[in-house]
Amino acid sequence: MSAKVQVQTTINNEPVEFLCEPRQSLLECLRDVVGLTGTKEGCGDGNCGSCTVKLGDRIVTSCLVLGVEANGESITTVEGLAHGNTLHPLQKAFLEHAALQCGICTPGFLIAADALLQKHPQPTEEQTRFWLANNLCRCTGYDKIIRAVQAAATEITTTKSNGAAQ
Amino acid sequence: MKAFDYAAPASLPEAVGLLASQPSARLLAGGTDLLVQLRSGRKEADVVIDVKKIPELNEITFSPETGLTVGAAVPCYRLTAHAAVQTHYPALVEVASWIGGTQIQGRASLGGNLCNSAPSADSIPLLIALGATALVAGPSGRRTIPVEEFCTAPGRNQLAPGELLVSLHIPAPAPHSGASYLRFIPRNEMDIAVVGAGASVTLTDGVITAARIALSSVAPTPLFVPAAGEALLNQAPTPAALEAAAQIAQEAASPISDMRGTAAYRRHLCAVMTRRALELAVARAQENN
Ligand SMILES: Cc1cc2nc3c(=O)[nH]c(=O)nc-3n(C[C@H](O)[C@H](O)[C@H](O)COP(=O)(O)OP(=O)(O)OC[C@H]3O[C@@H](n4cnc5c(N)ncnc54)[C@H](O)[C@@H]3O)c2cc1C
Ligand code: FES
Ligand code: FES
Repeated sequence: MSAKVQVQTTINNEPVEFLCEPRQSLLECLRDVVGLTGTKEGCGDGNCGSCTVKLGDRIVTSCLVLGVEANGESITTVEGLAHGNTLHPLQKAFLEHAALQCGICTPGFLIAADALLQKHPQPTEEQTRFWLANNLCRCTGYDKIIRAVQAAATEITTTKSNGAAQ
Repeated sequence: MKAFDYAAPASLPEAVGLLASQPSARLLAGGTDLLVQLRSGRKEADVVIDVKKIPELNEITFSPETGLTVGAAVPCYRLTAHAAVQTHYPALVEVASWIGGTQIQGRASLGGNLCNSAPSADSIPLLIALGATALVAGPSGRRTIPVEEFCTAPGRNQLAPGELLVSLHIPAPAPHSGASYLRFIPRNEMDIAVVGAGASVTLTDGVITAARIALSSVAPTPLFVPAAGEALLNQAPTPAALEAAAQIAQEAASPISDMRGTAAYRRHLCAVMTRRALELAVARAQENN
Protein backbone atom coordinates (compact mmCIF):
# COMPACT_ATOMS: atom_id res chain seq x y z
CA MET A 1 0.00 0.00 0.00
CA SER A 2 1.40 3.38 -0.88
CA ALA A 3 1.25 6.29 1.55
CA LYS A 4 -2.00 8.18 1.88
CA VAL A 5 -2.17 11.62 0.34
CA GLN A 6 -3.98 14.66 1.68
CA VAL A 7 -6.51 16.16 -0.72
CA GLN A 8 -8.09 19.61 -0.32
CA THR A 9 -11.33 20.22 -2.17
CA THR A 10 -14.53 22.20 -2.09
CA ILE A 11 -17.53 19.86 -2.10
CA ASN A 12 -21.01 21.37 -2.48
CA ASN A 13 -19.56 24.79 -1.57
CA GLU A 14 -17.96 23.55 1.69
CA PRO A 15 -14.18 23.14 2.10
CA VAL A 16 -13.45 19.42 2.57
CA GLU A 17 -10.08 17.78 3.26
CA PHE A 18 -9.58 14.04 3.10
CA LEU A 19 -6.83 11.41 3.08
CA CYS A 20 -6.77 8.75 0.37
CA GLU A 21 -4.56 6.28 -1.43
CA PRO A 22 -3.56 7.39 -4.96
CA ARG A 23 -5.31 4.34 -6.44
CA GLN A 24 -8.69 5.28 -4.94
CA SER A 25 -11.20 6.74 -7.38
CA LEU A 26 -12.96 10.01 -6.63
CA LEU A 27 -16.13 7.91 -6.40
CA GLU A 28 -14.62 5.74 -3.63
CA CYS A 29 -13.33 8.84 -1.85
CA LEU A 30 -16.74 10.54 -1.93
CA ARG A 31 -18.60 7.46 -0.71
CA ASP A 32 -16.18 5.66 1.61
CA VAL A 33 -13.90 8.43 2.87
CA VAL A 34 -16.03 11.60 2.91
CA GLY A 35 -19.28 9.72 3.57
CA LEU A 36 -21.31 11.27 0.74
CA THR A 37 -23.11 8.16 -0.51
CA GLY A 38 -25.57 9.93 -2.83
CA THR A 39 -23.23 9.30 -5.78
CA LYS A 40 -23.67 5.69 -6.96
CA GLU A 41 -21.45 3.05 -8.54
CA GLY A 42 -22.88 1.09 -11.46
CA CYS A 43 -20.29 -0.20 -13.90
CA GLY A 44 -17.03 1.21 -12.59
CA ASP A 45 -15.73 1.74 -16.13
CA GLY A 46 -17.23 4.98 -17.43
CA ASN A 47 -20.21 3.59 -19.31
CA CYS A 48 -23.26 3.98 -17.05
CA GLY A 49 -22.92 7.53 -15.68
CA SER A 50 -24.43 6.73 -12.26
CA CYS A 51 -21.26 8.12 -10.61
CA THR A 52 -21.53 11.49 -12.43
CA VAL A 53 -20.36 14.55 -10.48
CA LYS A 54 -19.52 18.09 -11.49
CA LEU A 55 -15.75 18.66 -11.31
CA GLY A 56 -14.77 22.31 -11.90
CA ASP A 57 -16.64 23.51 -14.99
CA ARG A 58 -17.72 20.15 -16.44
CA ILE A 59 -19.24 16.79 -15.54
CA VAL A 60 -17.22 13.58 -15.28
CA THR A 61 -17.72 9.96 -14.31
CA SER A 62 -16.10 9.92 -10.85
CA CYS A 63 -15.17 6.23 -11.20
CA LEU A 64 -12.64 7.34 -13.86
CA VAL A 65 -11.07 10.14 -11.79
CA LEU A 66 -8.50 9.55 -9.06
CA GLY A 67 -9.34 11.13 -5.71
CA VAL A 68 -5.89 12.79 -5.72
CA GLU A 69 -6.72 14.52 -9.01
CA ALA A 70 -9.48 16.45 -7.21
CA ASN A 71 -6.93 18.38 -5.14
CA GLY A 72 -7.73 22.10 -5.44
CA GLU A 73 -10.93 21.40 -7.38
CA SER A 74 -14.53 22.16 -6.64
CA ILE A 75 -17.04 19.30 -6.81
CA THR A 76 -20.84 19.19 -6.87
CA THR A 77 -22.62 15.96 -5.95
CA VAL A 78 -26.34 15.20 -5.80
CA GLU A 79 -26.27 16.22 -2.12
CA GLY A 80 -25.51 19.78 -3.28
CA LEU A 81 -28.61 20.24 -5.45
CA ALA A 82 -31.35 20.89 -2.86
CA HIS A 83 -31.45 24.08 -0.77
CA GLY A 84 -32.10 22.81 2.77
CA ASN A 85 -35.48 21.10 2.61
CA THR A 86 -36.39 22.66 -0.74
CA LEU A 87 -35.73 20.28 -3.59
CA HIS A 88 -34.07 21.48 -6.80
CA PRO A 89 -36.59 21.94 -9.68
CA LEU A 90 -35.02 18.91 -11.39
CA GLN A 91 -35.55 16.77 -8.30
CA LYS A 92 -39.20 17.90 -8.08
CA ALA A 93 -39.74 17.23 -11.78
CA PHE A 94 -38.22 13.72 -11.49
CA LEU A 95 -40.73 12.93 -8.71
CA GLU A 96 -43.70 14.48 -10.53
CA HIS A 97 -42.92 12.74 -13.84
CA ALA A 98 -42.08 9.36 -12.24
CA ALA A 99 -38.62 9.59 -13.82
CA LEU A 100 -37.22 6.96 -11.47
CA GLN A 101 -38.00 3.48 -10.27
CA CYS A 102 -35.10 1.80 -8.44
CA GLY A 103 -33.32 5.18 -8.36
CA ILE A 104 -29.71 4.06 -8.69
CA CYS A 105 -29.22 6.04 -11.89
CA THR A 106 -31.01 9.14 -10.56
CA PRO A 107 -28.16 11.05 -8.86
CA GLY A 108 -26.09 10.77 -12.06
CA PHE A 109 -28.98 11.90 -14.27
CA LEU A 110 -29.71 14.85 -11.95
CA ILE A 111 -26.13 16.12 -11.97
CA ALA A 112 -25.81 15.64 -15.75
CA ALA A 113 -29.17 17.34 -16.40
CA ASP A 114 -28.24 20.25 -14.12
CA ALA A 115 -25.07 20.82 -16.18
CA LEU A 116 -27.15 20.63 -19.38
CA LEU A 117 -29.59 23.29 -18.17
CA GLN A 118 -26.75 25.57 -17.13
CA LYS A 119 -25.35 25.35 -20.67
CA HIS A 120 -28.65 25.21 -22.60
CA PRO A 121 -31.52 26.59 -20.46
CA GLN A 122 -34.13 25.34 -23.00
CA PRO A 123 -32.62 22.26 -24.64
CA THR A 124 -34.41 20.45 -27.46
CA GLU A 125 -35.34 16.81 -26.96
CA GLU A 126 -32.50 15.78 -29.27
CA GLN A 127 -29.96 17.91 -27.36
CA THR A 128 -31.20 16.40 -24.11
CA ARG A 129 -30.95 12.81 -25.37
CA PHE A 130 -27.43 13.30 -26.74
CA TRP A 131 -26.24 15.11 -23.60
CA LEU A 132 -27.58 12.28 -21.41
CA ALA A 133 -26.26 9.46 -23.64
CA ASN A 134 -23.54 8.70 -21.06
CA ASN A 135 -26.26 7.92 -18.44
CA LEU A 136 -27.93 4.51 -18.51
CA CYS A 137 -31.23 3.55 -16.86
CA ARG A 138 -32.49 -0.04 -16.68
CA CYS A 139 -35.96 0.85 -15.36
CA THR A 140 -37.69 3.87 -16.87
CA GLY A 141 -37.16 3.57 -20.62
CA TYR A 142 -35.78 7.16 -20.64
CA ASP A 143 -38.91 8.96 -21.95
CA LYS A 144 -40.01 10.02 -18.47
CA ILE A 145 -36.52 11.26 -17.66
CA ILE A 146 -36.45 13.37 -20.83
CA ARG A 147 -39.90 14.81 -20.02
CA ALA A 148 -38.84 15.60 -16.45
CA VAL A 149 -35.73 17.45 -17.66
CA GLN A 150 -37.79 19.47 -20.14
CA ALA A 151 -40.39 20.30 -17.49
CA ALA A 152 -37.66 21.45 -15.10
CA ALA A 153 -36.14 23.59 -17.86
CA THR A 154 -39.46 25.35 -18.38
CA GLU A 155 -39.96 25.74 -14.62
CA ILE A 156 -36.48 27.24 -14.13
CA THR A 157 -36.73 29.69 -17.06
CA THR A 158 -40.26 30.81 -16.07
CA THR A 159 -39.24 31.39 -12.45
CA LYS A 160 -36.20 33.35 -13.64
CA SER A 161 -38.13 35.57 -16.05
CA ASN A 162 -40.87 36.18 -13.43
CA GLY A 163 -38.13 37.12 -10.98
CA ALA A 164 -36.59 39.50 -13.52
CA ALA A 165 -40.00 41.12 -14.23
CA GLN A 166 -40.62 41.93 -10.58
CA MET B 1 -6.82 -1.45 -8.41
CA LYS B 2 -3.26 -2.35 -7.41
CA ALA B 3 -1.55 0.34 -5.32
CA PHE B 4 0.61 2.95 -7.07
CA ASP B 5 2.20 6.30 -6.32
CA TYR B 6 0.95 9.50 -7.93
CA ALA B 7 3.01 12.38 -9.30
CA ALA B 8 1.85 15.54 -11.06
CA PRO B 9 4.94 17.28 -12.48
CA ALA B 10 4.48 20.98 -13.27
CA SER B 11 6.95 21.16 -16.17
CA LEU B 12 7.99 19.11 -19.18
CA PRO B 13 11.64 18.60 -18.08
CA GLU B 14 10.41 17.40 -14.69
CA ALA B 15 8.00 14.95 -16.34
CA VAL B 16 10.65 13.62 -18.74
CA GLY B 17 13.11 13.17 -15.84
CA LEU B 18 10.54 11.35 -13.75
CA LEU B 19 9.54 9.10 -16.64
CA ALA B 20 13.19 8.23 -17.33
CA SER B 21 13.79 7.28 -13.69
CA GLN B 22 10.60 5.18 -13.38
CA PRO B 23 10.47 2.37 -15.96
CA SER B 24 7.09 1.12 -14.72
CA ALA B 25 5.39 4.51 -14.76
CA ARG B 26 2.19 5.16 -16.72
CA LEU B 27 1.10 8.56 -18.01
CA LEU B 28 -2.35 9.83 -17.06
CA ALA B 29 -4.24 12.37 -19.17
CA GLY B 30 -8.04 11.99 -18.89
CA GLY B 31 -7.75 8.43 -17.62
CA THR B 32 -10.71 7.16 -19.68
CA ASP B 33 -8.53 4.40 -21.13
CA LEU B 34 -5.79 4.15 -18.51
CA LEU B 35 -7.92 3.90 -15.36
CA VAL B 36 -10.16 1.28 -16.98
CA GLN B 37 -7.07 -0.75 -17.94
CA LEU B 38 -5.44 -0.41 -14.49
CA ARG B 39 -8.65 -1.42 -12.73
CA SER B 40 -9.18 -4.49 -14.91
CA GLY B 41 -5.55 -5.53 -14.43
CA ARG B 42 -4.80 -5.30 -18.17
CA LYS B 43 -2.07 -2.79 -17.31
CA GLU B 44 -0.02 -2.22 -14.17
CA ALA B 45 1.89 0.77 -12.81
CA ASP B 46 4.11 1.56 -9.83
CA VAL B 47 3.73 5.26 -10.49
CA VAL B 48 1.01 7.16 -12.31
CA ILE B 49 2.30 10.44 -13.74
CA ASP B 50 -0.49 12.98 -14.26
CA VAL B 51 0.48 15.15 -17.25
CA LYS B 52 -2.35 17.69 -16.89
CA LYS B 53 -0.31 20.18 -14.83
CA ILE B 54 2.28 20.64 -17.61
CA PRO B 55 1.39 23.93 -19.35
CA GLU B 56 2.39 22.87 -22.91
CA LEU B 57 0.15 19.80 -22.72
CA ASN B 58 -2.87 21.91 -21.75
CA GLU B 59 -2.83 24.67 -24.38
CA ILE B 60 -4.78 25.21 -27.59
CA THR B 61 -3.19 27.75 -29.96
CA PHE B 62 -4.26 28.74 -33.48
CA SER B 63 -2.84 31.08 -36.06
CA PRO B 64 -4.14 31.41 -39.64
CA GLU B 65 -0.55 31.11 -40.91
CA THR B 66 0.76 28.11 -38.97
CA GLY B 67 -2.39 26.28 -37.95
CA LEU B 68 -3.57 24.57 -34.78
CA THR B 69 -1.58 23.13 -31.89
CA VAL B 70 -3.51 21.05 -29.35
CA GLY B 71 -1.77 20.05 -26.12
CA ALA B 72 -1.76 16.28 -25.64
CA ALA B 73 -3.90 16.47 -22.47
CA VAL B 74 -6.54 19.00 -23.60
CA PRO B 75 -9.93 17.39 -22.92
CA CYS B 76 -12.50 17.15 -25.73
CA TYR B 77 -14.96 19.55 -24.07
CA ARG B 78 -12.40 22.36 -24.27
CA LEU B 79 -11.60 21.60 -27.90
CA THR B 80 -15.27 21.64 -28.98
CA ALA B 81 -15.81 24.99 -27.20
CA HIS B 82 -12.80 26.70 -28.85
CA ALA B 83 -13.91 29.39 -31.32
CA ALA B 84 -11.05 28.97 -33.84
CA VAL B 85 -11.44 25.18 -33.82
CA GLN B 86 -15.17 25.58 -34.48
CA THR B 87 -14.50 27.92 -37.40
CA HIS B 88 -11.54 26.21 -39.07
CA TYR B 89 -11.79 22.53 -38.11
CA PRO B 90 -15.50 21.57 -37.95
CA ALA B 91 -14.67 17.88 -38.45
CA LEU B 92 -12.44 17.96 -35.36
CA VAL B 93 -15.32 19.37 -33.30
CA GLU B 94 -17.51 16.52 -34.56
CA VAL B 95 -14.98 13.82 -33.64
CA ALA B 96 -14.37 15.34 -30.21
CA SER B 97 -18.12 15.30 -29.55
CA TRP B 98 -18.39 11.62 -30.55
CA ILE B 99 -15.73 10.19 -28.23
CA GLY B 100 -17.85 8.67 -25.45
CA GLY B 101 -20.61 10.89 -24.02
CA THR B 102 -20.63 14.24 -22.23
CA GLN B 103 -18.87 12.92 -19.10
CA ILE B 104 -16.13 11.10 -21.06
CA GLN B 105 -15.57 14.28 -23.12
CA GLY B 106 -15.02 16.13 -19.84
CA ARG B 107 -11.81 14.10 -19.48
CA ALA B 108 -10.79 12.35 -22.72
CA SER B 109 -7.98 13.94 -24.77
CA LEU B 110 -6.86 13.54 -28.38
CA GLY B 111 -3.37 12.78 -27.03
CA GLY B 112 -4.76 9.89 -24.98
CA ASN B 113 -6.77 8.65 -27.97
CA LEU B 114 -3.59 8.60 -30.08
CA CYS B 115 -1.29 7.12 -27.40
CA ASN B 116 -3.78 4.38 -26.51
CA SER B 117 -3.32 3.45 -30.19
CA ALA B 118 -6.52 1.43 -30.63
CA PRO B 119 -7.34 0.49 -34.26
CA SER B 120 -10.84 1.86 -33.57
CA ALA B 121 -9.72 5.24 -32.16
CA ASP B 122 -12.03 7.81 -33.72
CA SER B 123 -9.74 10.85 -33.84
CA ILE B 124 -6.77 9.18 -35.55
CA PRO B 125 -8.14 8.80 -39.13
CA LEU B 126 -9.18 12.46 -39.10
CA LEU B 127 -5.82 13.59 -37.72
CA ILE B 128 -4.13 11.62 -40.53
CA ALA B 129 -6.47 13.12 -43.15
CA LEU B 130 -5.69 16.60 -41.81
CA GLY B 131 -1.93 15.93 -42.10
CA ALA B 132 -1.34 16.20 -38.34
CA THR B 133 2.03 15.62 -36.70
CA ALA B 134 2.82 14.54 -33.15
CA LEU B 135 5.46 16.42 -31.13
CA VAL B 136 7.22 14.04 -28.75
CA ALA B 137 9.71 14.83 -25.95
CA GLY B 138 12.12 12.41 -24.31
CA PRO B 139 15.54 12.05 -22.69
CA SER B 140 17.31 12.79 -26.00
CA GLY B 141 15.22 15.85 -26.91
CA ARG B 142 12.24 16.44 -29.14
CA ARG B 143 11.11 14.89 -32.40
CA THR B 144 8.12 15.11 -34.69
CA ILE B 145 6.23 12.04 -35.97
CA PRO B 146 3.57 12.15 -38.71
CA VAL B 147 0.40 10.75 -37.14
CA GLU B 148 0.09 8.10 -39.90
CA GLU B 149 3.41 6.61 -38.68
CA PHE B 150 2.64 6.82 -34.95
CA CYS B 151 0.73 3.56 -34.30
CA THR B 152 2.56 0.30 -34.94
CA ALA B 153 0.17 -2.44 -33.65
CA PRO B 154 -2.98 -2.59 -31.49
CA GLY B 155 -2.10 -0.63 -28.33
CA ARG B 156 1.48 -0.02 -29.54
CA ASN B 157 3.19 3.02 -30.97
CA GLN B 158 6.47 4.70 -31.84
CA LEU B 159 7.03 6.22 -28.38
CA ALA B 160 10.38 4.99 -27.04
CA PRO B 161 10.84 4.35 -23.29
CA GLY B 162 10.98 7.71 -21.53
CA GLU B 163 9.16 9.59 -24.31
CA LEU B 164 5.85 11.38 -24.00
CA LEU B 165 3.50 13.15 -26.40
CA VAL B 166 3.58 16.94 -25.99
CA SER B 167 1.09 18.14 -28.60
CA LEU B 168 -0.56 17.57 -31.94
CA HIS B 169 -0.07 20.04 -34.75
CA ILE B 170 -2.54 20.44 -37.62
CA PRO B 171 -1.59 22.69 -40.57
CA ALA B 172 -3.75 25.72 -41.36
CA PRO B 173 -6.58 24.72 -43.69
CA ALA B 174 -5.81 25.59 -47.34
CA PRO B 175 -8.35 27.75 -49.23
CA HIS B 176 -11.11 25.57 -50.74
CA SER B 177 -10.25 22.64 -48.50
CA GLY B 178 -12.59 20.53 -46.38
CA ALA B 179 -12.34 17.52 -44.09
CA SER B 180 -14.63 15.00 -42.44
CA TYR B 181 -14.75 11.86 -40.32
CA LEU B 182 -17.73 9.51 -40.38
CA ARG B 183 -18.13 6.30 -38.41
CA PHE B 184 -20.64 3.50 -38.71
CA ILE B 185 -22.15 2.45 -35.36
CA PRO B 186 -25.40 0.57 -34.71
CA ARG B 187 -26.45 3.16 -32.09
CA ASN B 188 -26.58 6.96 -32.37
CA GLU B 189 -23.83 7.56 -29.82
CA MET B 190 -21.62 5.87 -27.18
CA ASP B 191 -20.37 3.03 -29.36
CA ILE B 192 -17.17 1.75 -30.97
CA ALA B 193 -16.77 2.25 -34.72
CA VAL B 194 -17.50 -0.81 -36.88
CA VAL B 195 -15.71 1.17 -39.59
CA GLY B 196 -14.70 4.84 -39.64
CA ALA B 197 -13.36 6.95 -42.50
CA GLY B 198 -11.56 10.29 -42.42
CA ALA B 199 -11.04 12.39 -45.55
CA SER B 200 -9.63 15.75 -46.57
CA VAL B 201 -9.86 17.38 -49.98
CA THR B 202 -8.46 20.60 -51.51
CA LEU B 203 -9.99 22.03 -54.69
CA THR B 204 -8.27 24.40 -57.14
CA ASP B 205 -10.53 25.77 -59.89
CA GLY B 206 -12.92 22.87 -59.33
CA VAL B 207 -10.22 20.20 -59.58
CA ILE B 208 -8.88 18.13 -56.65
CA THR B 209 -5.29 19.13 -55.94
CA ALA B 210 -4.79 17.34 -52.60
CA ALA B 211 -6.64 14.51 -50.86
CA ARG B 212 -5.92 12.21 -47.91
CA ILE B 213 -7.95 9.24 -46.72
CA ALA B 214 -7.58 7.09 -43.58
CA LEU B 215 -9.73 4.39 -41.95
CA SER B 216 -10.41 3.04 -38.45
CA SER B 217 -11.33 -0.49 -37.30
CA VAL B 218 -10.22 -2.21 -40.51
CA ALA B 219 -6.57 -3.08 -39.79
CA PRO B 220 -4.24 -3.63 -36.78
CA THR B 221 -3.63 0.15 -36.73
CA PRO B 222 -5.53 3.17 -38.05
CA LEU B 223 -4.93 2.83 -41.79
CA PHE B 224 -3.63 5.60 -44.07
CA VAL B 225 -4.38 4.87 -47.75
CA PRO B 226 -2.22 7.28 -49.78
CA ALA B 227 -3.20 5.63 -53.09
CA ALA B 228 -6.87 6.49 -52.55
CA GLY B 229 -6.04 10.18 -52.21
CA GLU B 230 -3.58 10.13 -55.13
CA ALA B 231 -6.24 8.62 -57.42
CA LEU B 232 -8.29 11.80 -56.95
CA LEU B 233 -5.56 14.23 -58.02
CA ASN B 234 -6.34 16.41 -61.04
CA GLN B 235 -9.89 15.08 -61.18
CA ALA B 236 -13.18 16.88 -60.74
CA PRO B 237 -14.99 15.56 -57.64
CA THR B 238 -17.49 13.53 -59.66
CA PRO B 239 -19.40 10.57 -58.15
CA ALA B 240 -17.32 8.21 -60.34
CA ALA B 241 -14.02 9.69 -59.11
CA LEU B 242 -15.06 9.48 -55.45
CA GLU B 243 -16.29 5.91 -55.93
CA ALA B 244 -12.99 4.89 -57.51
CA ALA B 245 -11.09 6.27 -54.50
CA ALA B 246 -13.51 4.46 -52.16
CA GLN B 247 -12.76 1.16 -53.97
CA ILE B 248 -9.02 1.69 -53.44
CA ALA B 249 -9.61 2.28 -49.71
CA GLN B 250 -11.66 -0.89 -49.55
CA GLU B 251 -8.91 -2.93 -51.20
CA ALA B 252 -6.32 -1.62 -48.72
CA ALA B 253 -8.35 -2.75 -45.69
CA SER B 254 -7.67 -6.05 -43.91
CA PRO B 255 -10.52 -6.22 -41.38
CA ILE B 256 -11.24 -9.04 -38.94
CA SER B 257 -14.58 -10.56 -37.95
CA ASP B 258 -15.72 -9.88 -34.39
CA MET B 259 -18.92 -9.19 -32.43
CA ARG B 260 -19.32 -5.83 -34.18
CA GLY B 261 -19.28 -7.20 -37.71
CA THR B 262 -17.83 -9.74 -40.12
CA ALA B 263 -14.78 -8.99 -42.25
CA ALA B 264 -16.93 -9.00 -45.40
CA TYR B 265 -19.40 -6.53 -43.87
CA ARG B 266 -16.55 -4.26 -42.80
CA ARG B 267 -14.98 -4.37 -46.25
CA HIS B 268 -18.31 -3.32 -47.76
CA LEU B 269 -18.58 -0.49 -45.22
CA CYS B 270 -15.06 0.74 -46.07
CA ALA B 271 -16.19 1.80 -49.53
CA VAL B 272 -19.50 3.23 -48.30
CA MET B 273 -17.97 5.26 -45.46
CA THR B 274 -15.03 6.49 -47.57
CA ARG B 275 -17.37 7.69 -50.32
CA ARG B 276 -19.63 9.49 -47.81
CA ALA B 277 -16.66 11.05 -46.00
CA LEU B 278 -15.31 12.28 -49.34
CA GLU B 279 -18.70 13.73 -50.33
CA LEU B 280 -18.84 15.68 -47.07
CA ALA B 281 -15.22 16.85 -47.38
CA VAL B 282 -15.87 18.02 -50.97
CA ALA B 283 -19.04 19.88 -49.91
CA ARG B 284 -17.07 21.63 -47.17
CA ALA B 285 -14.25 22.46 -49.60
CA GLN B 286 -16.76 24.03 -51.99
CA GLU B 287 -18.18 26.21 -49.19
CA ASN B 288 -14.79 27.19 -47.78
CA ASN B 289 -13.30 30.18 -49.63
C1 LIG C 1 -17.49 4.94 -21.83
C2 LIG C 1 -16.36 5.17 -22.80
C3 LIG C 1 -16.65 5.50 -24.13
C4 LIG C 1 -15.62 5.71 -25.05
N1 LIG C 1 -15.94 6.03 -26.35
C5 LIG C 1 -14.96 6.22 -27.26
C6 LIG C 1 -15.29 6.55 -28.62
O1 LIG C 1 -16.46 6.71 -28.99
N2 LIG C 1 -14.26 6.70 -29.51
C7 LIG C 1 -12.95 6.55 -29.13
O2 LIG C 1 -12.08 6.70 -29.97
N3 LIG C 1 -12.62 6.24 -27.85
C8 LIG C 1 -13.59 6.07 -26.91
N4 LIG C 1 -13.25 5.74 -25.61
C9 LIG C 1 -11.84 5.56 -25.25
C10 LIG C 1 -11.16 6.82 -24.62
O3 LIG C 1 -12.12 7.67 -24.03
C11 LIG C 1 -10.37 7.61 -25.65
O4 LIG C 1 -9.39 6.80 -26.24
C12 LIG C 1 -9.73 8.88 -25.05
O5 LIG C 1 -9.41 9.77 -26.09
C13 LIG C 1 -8.50 8.61 -24.23
O6 LIG C 1 -7.99 9.85 -23.74
P1 LIG C 1 -7.59 10.07 -22.20
O7 LIG C 1 -7.12 11.47 -22.10
O8 LIG C 1 -8.68 9.66 -21.30
O9 LIG C 1 -6.37 9.05 -22.11
P2 LIG C 1 -5.72 8.27 -20.88
O10 LIG C 1 -6.59 7.15 -20.46
O11 LIG C 1 -5.25 9.20 -19.84
O12 LIG C 1 -4.44 7.67 -21.63
C14 LIG C 1 -4.56 6.74 -22.70
C15 LIG C 1 -3.20 6.09 -22.97
O13 LIG C 1 -2.27 7.04 -23.44
C16 LIG C 1 -1.18 7.19 -22.54
N5 LIG C 1 -0.89 8.62 -22.48
C17 LIG C 1 -1.72 9.60 -22.03
N6 LIG C 1 -1.15 10.82 -22.22
C18 LIG C 1 0.06 10.59 -22.78
C19 LIG C 1 1.12 11.44 -23.23
N7 LIG C 1 1.05 12.79 -23.11
N8 LIG C 1 2.22 10.88 -23.78
C20 LIG C 1 2.31 9.52 -23.91
N9 LIG C 1 1.34 8.67 -23.51
C21 LIG C 1 0.23 9.20 -22.96
C22 LIG C 1 -1.65 6.60 -21.23
O14 LIG C 1 -0.58 6.12 -20.45
C23 LIG C 1 -2.57 5.49 -21.71
O15 LIG C 1 -1.85 4.35 -22.08
C24 LIG C 1 -14.27 5.56 -24.65
C25 LIG C 1 -13.97 5.25 -23.31
C26 LIG C 1 -15.00 5.06 -22.38
C27 LIG C 1 -14.66 4.73 -20.96
S1 FES D 1 -19.90 3.72 -12.21
FE1 FES D 1 -18.89 5.32 -13.18
S2 FES D 1 -19.75 5.30 -15.12
FE2 FES D 1 -20.66 3.55 -14.23
S1 FES E 1 -34.47 4.00 -12.16
FE1 FES E 1 -33.55 2.07 -12.01
S2 FES E 1 -31.81 2.31 -13.29
FE2 FES E 1 -32.88 4.12 -13.61
